[in-house]
Amino acid sequence: MPDQSGRLDLAAGAGWQRVSPRYVVVEIVGTIVGGLLACAAAAALWLMFEFQWALYAGAGVAVIALVTLILEPRRVRSIGYQLRQDDLLFRRGIMFQRFVAVPYGRMQLVDITRGPVARWLGLADLKLVTAAATTGVAIPGLTEEDAESLRDRLVDLAESRRAGL
Amino acid sequence: MSSLADGEWHRLHPATPLLRGGIFVFAAIGFILANLRERVLDVVFGIPVGSADPLEEIYRRGSVGWALLAVAGALVVILIAFSLSWRAHTFRVNDEIVEVRSGIVFRSNRKARLDRIQGVNIERPLIPRLFGAAKLEVSVAGQDANVPLAYLGSARADELRRDILRLASGARRPAAESVEPAREPGEGPSEPGVTVGGFARDRVVEFLAPELDPDAAPPESVVRIPPARLFGSIVLSGFTVFLLVGVIALAVGGAIGSSGWLPIAIVPALIGSAGYFLSRLTRSLRFSIAGTPDGVRVGFGLLSTSNETLPPGRVHAIGISQPLLWRPFGWWQVRINKAGRSVSQGAAGEAGTTVLPVGTAADVARVLELILPGYTGEEQGAVIESGMHSRGGSDGFINAPRRAAWLRPFSWRRTGYTLSAGAVVLRRGIVSRELILVPLARLQSVRIDQGPVRRMLGLASARLHTVAGPVSASLAVVDAEEAVRLFEAVAAGAVSCATSDTSHRWNHPTGVFE
Repeated sequence: MPDQSGRLDLAAGAGWQRVSPRYVVVEIVGTIVGGLLACAAAAALWLMFEFQWALYAGAGVAVIALVTLILEPRRVRSIGYQLRQDDLLFRRGIMFQRFVAVPYGRMQLVDITRGPVARWLGLADLKLVTAAATTGVAIPGLTEEDAESLRDRLVDLAESRRAGL
Repeated sequence: MSSLADGEWHRLHPATPLLRGGIFVFAAIGFILANLRERVLDVVFGIPVGSADPLEEIYRRGSVGWALLAVAGALVVILIAFSLSWRAHTFRVNDEIVEVRSGIVFRSNRKARLDRIQGVNIERPLIPRLFGAAKLEVSVAGQDANVPLAYLGSARADELRRDILRLASGARRPAAESVEPAREPGEGPSEPGVTVGGFARDRVVEFLAPELDPDAAPPESVVRIPPARLFGSIVLSGFTVFLLVGVIALAVGGAIGSSGWLPIAIVPALIGSAGYFLSRLTRSLRFSIAGTPDGVRVGFGLLSTSNETLPPGRVHAIGISQPLLWRPFGWWQVRINKAGRSVSQGAAGEAGTTVLPVGTAADVARVLELILPGYTGEEQGAVIESGMHSRGGSDGFINAPRRAAWLRPFSWRRTGYTLSAGAVVLRRGIVSRELILVPLARLQSVRIDQGPVRRMLGLASARLHTVAGPVSASLAVVDAEEAVRLFEAVAAGAVSCATSDTSHRWNHPTGVFE
């Protein structure tokens, strides 16, 4: 249903699976840590070498980090995936929208990774690797059981539809 | 003469250690000769030479005998080591795999499945080529995943490639000896030439022989590039423009200011660019492309030659491009993305993905027919034609809307896509024209993107993911609704084409292995 605003919207709009809401915490921690590190570096530059621009850069980073923090829940809600008949559909982003379709037969391997914060929350990331390095589909914030069952499901599907390279 | 692909273990060409260490051997010989020269001058003409020379010193101390003995001992040790390593380096080819074993202390063993072969490359660097040897490389997908066989006798390498490809194609047995090309009597590639004269004659014949065996390729499908066109295409490249701008800038700078440093800056740059032009020229000279029953064969090179066979269904994306300077002449270049890549090509590695360095529109059509069989209908011809030459408008492509001019002020008319006969065709660029074909059966995934600017304009960008290579299949501007339609069509097409595609076992009746 393409609306007037020109947003991208796939016809298969209904069946999106969402990632765990707890994933917001992972993103927030990441943003805070990244923002603090950048601000600390800027502050150090400013205090030690008296670079005036470092101050502005630090302030800019702080503002961006704040805005990101506010948008975080919506950004996480925008992440979704769908197991269709023959391919996996992935979407993410509000401002920068992205849709990717990966046929099951093209998957070379499925990877599960866990960062420290995600592990504490019982979450895991699932990464799909195809022969194209640019595919880069990573579904973050799945609960560990979900991630493992999805991985097994995907491997099965890939095996039954294997088609060369 | 039995086939090398009979499942038994075979050894490489006996001269392999010598050829592999070729440069070092020549350097050592050069060193000894340079030293001996003075010795010879001294003995023959009685001209005394300085005593700084180590050979001279040995001579003076009367220990010539010991020195010779040491040299001989070292030679014997080296020869034994080489021959042991040669004996340990064996390979075999059977119905399913190519396997190589090597090493004495550190052993290695590498197998490649035949149905995963992405291409077979036969390389003949200058010096091994003079000795009638060739390097055969079986490439499978992945970085550094090749199986090199260096070196084999030149004729045996060709034969082995034919057999490997025939086995990989799904036919179970190597064909009978009927395909044996007619050879001069007396030549057995395993022990080349009985006399020195015969050996030399064989080498000369081989050196001058056409890169493609005329028996193995239908001659009418070969594209030939006149040397003048090749030269012109290299001169009229972007690099030349860059060079000219640089030279003019330097000249102006020199005329205005003091010019003491100018030659220092220019001369190395000139030497470097001359080397660049020369290497591009020799690399592309004697270029040939032809269809064989087991794939497309691309060969090039004047002194060191390389000759790769791509089995059907190994081309992941095709890029047809025309830089601005080539347009008056109607020249085009064709490059491809492929999964297997030869590591040994070094600086010339780019050439491995160029299937047509420069050619006319007719040449492009012929090359396309070879590398994308099944894309030859009337309709497809029209698509290619308008994709190459059309300036836009309603020409069979779904082009970007006028509002895309905000992002692509000149090329928006030509930026569009179409789907036909199992391939996506993307067109873009007005200054440097480009046409990209992606066979849906080889597509890995598809993606559409939309940022804030494109959202305001009702546009999106699309990208088709293929294996890495020089061709990047992306469209910077598409109408948002069309992008969704493209996405759905490509995603569905990729699945249906991949399931019906059997080209990876191209000669097998059902296309299924085992």
